[in-house]
Amino acid sequence: MSVLVIAEIDTHGLKTATRSAISAAAQLGGEVHVLLAGENIQGIALQAKEIKGLSKILVADSPEYAQGIAENLSPLVRQLAADYQTIVAAATSFGKNLLPRVAALLDVAMVSEVTQILAPRRFVRPIYAGNLNATVAAPVGQLVLTIRPTTFAPAELQGGAAEVVAVASTGDAGKARFVSRELAVSDRPELATAKVVISGGRSLGSKEAFHATLTPLAEQLGAAIGATRAAVDSGMAPNDWQVGQTGTVIAPELYIAFGVSGAAQHVGGIKDAKIIVAVNTDPDAPIFKVADYGLVADLFTVIPALQSALKG
Amino acid sequence: MKILVQIKRVIDYQVTVRPTADGRNVETAGVKMSINPFDENALEAAVRLKEAGLATEVLAVAIGSAANQDVLRHALAMGADRALLLETEHTLGSLQTAKALKALVAREAPQLVLTGKQAIDDDAAETAQMLAALLDWPQATFASAITLADGVATVVREIDGGQETLQLNLPAVISADLRLNDPRFIKLPALMMAKKKPLETLPLAELGAVEAPALTLEAVNEPPARPAGRVLGNVDELVAALRAAKVLS
Ligand SMILES: Cc1cc2nc3c(=O)[nH]c(=O)nc-3n(C[C@H](O)[C@H](O)[C@H](O)COP(=O)(O)OP(=O)(O)OC[C@H]3O[C@@H](n4cnc5c(N)ncnc54)[C@H](O)[C@@H]3O)c2cc1C
Repeated sequence: MSVLVIAEIDTHGLKTATRSAISAAAQLGGEVHVLLAGENIQGIALQAKEIKGLSKILVADSPEYAQGIAENLSPLVRQLAADYQTIVAAATSFGKNLLPRVAALLDVAMVSEVTQILAPRRFVRPIYAGNLNATVAAPVGQLVLTIRPTTFAPAELQGGAAEVVAVASTGDAGKARFVSRELAVSDRPELATAKVVISGGRSLGSKEAFHATLTPLAEQLGAAIGATRAAVDSGMAPNDWQVGQTGTVIAPELYIAFGVSGAAQHVGGIKDAKIIVAVNTDPDAPIFKVADYGLVADLFTVIPALQSALKG
Repeated sequence: MKILVQIKRVIDYQVTVRPTADGRNVETAGVKMSINPFDENALEAAVRLKEAGLATEVLAVAIGSAANQDVLRHALAMGADRALLLETEHTLGSLQTAKALKALVAREAPQLVLTGKQAIDDDAAETAQMLAALLDWPQATFASAITLADGVATVVREIDGGQETLQLNLPAVISADLRLNDPRFIKLPALMMAKKKPLETLPLAELGAVEAPALTLEAVNEPPARPAGRVLGNVDELVAALRAAKVLS
């Protein structure tokens, strides 16, 4: 039986997280198909054809799908689901918003944020902010899953030759209207997928200090900038920079935490980083328990020193 | 307009959670329990809408054992007018919870259902969307601002990379993010007043069929520990270590 992956489209095209969902779907066995729903997406469909492991792309090109409105997308997915054993999406804000709605329409107990597929019906997912892992079994019947994109490598963008099929729109449900979207524009890498992330906590002191201290180093390292909830709540950093249980979960090659205490809710979002570096004046800060390398030092002296060491 | 707020009793966020000795569940014996933090944001939003004259009644609902009376009292002290415990000894999955709430919505006829965007125990973030689907109502998840006017809710949502604004026709379901508000601190007089407010108990079974498929929890484990790290003496040592680990060029 085949798997249908619900694709997510953003201003750059197909999201990398969708290719992670395709990799996860491939582990379930059977053909992997993708649903691309949006407006003026024929170009994206042509790109997606090349994705390795994909055999079919269903394209629903219609204005009511342009903004990812769950009320409009869920009837479409429900209708297509009749032909599939499993529906998968990445656990991004888009996937988390849509798939539970789909699961309820299909009367399925879904599995969210899967980090490991043990068997076709047995999965590992983090609970309690990633402090524990749960192994869960799904009952017989259809499966609806969201997968954590950082734990499944994205399917390669080449080597595939999927067939492209148009599907008809199920129309506008007339329940929710899109008003506006404000996305941060930055030439730095995206937080969720950056290879290097540097982050700051409350100790940066102010919005001005946060940016003045971290931005030059981020540019030097080609890094994305993250923040703790305390830094976000006090207005130092925008909310989409928050790393952790209730922010973005990341798995960069290198994560450097400056003045971050290491609360469980923050650490839950960085556990899969390859190397964690902590810079904190308090030798007892919990962040040192998860760090590979630590400096017990003032971040305001470490950052300039790091910048000049990197130049040399 | 009535607002129904669903709250959940969970292990307090400051507790270090552990698996039970048999590794089949999470240890809750002797552990501090509290209202799910996101549900406090949902309650605060509901109470503020009432204070602004945009709602007439706030009903707080919890599903579970009699122990849930403490979080319902907390909700009453925060400003809910009534509390209702849907009593059951079973632990419900998200779809079961959504079906129970759907049956309750049919009785109570709220125009708005508010709940936290996720519960910090299973971190599933499913119930609000499932309830919206079952009711065929619109949804706004991860809300950081809510305004109501003329039967329409305008909601700012936190999304990857920024935020977006949606308009929903009421009735609707909204799930709260932490930045929706700062929940009020409960003072002693409010706690005393809460004792006089109605807290009703209804056996979940009396709501009618809430049969739904659920996941089986097979095991709970600590994630593999990261290898012990090293405290280094200075920035040069750090740069050398990172270059050796090939994460810096
Ligand atoms: C339901 C819930 C969800 C949450 N979700 C998240 C989440 O997703 N992400 C998140 O981050 N938090 C989250 N939190 C909050 C979390 O519990 C912590 O409060 C928060 O992470 C602390 O942020 P902080 O490290 O910036 O601040 P603090 O805990 O105040 O730590 C500041 C640190 O800076 C150090 N320091 C001070 N000055 C310097 C200096 N000059 N140089 C170096 N170090 C210095 C101090 O020693 C201290 O360790 C959540 C909380 C709850 C209740």
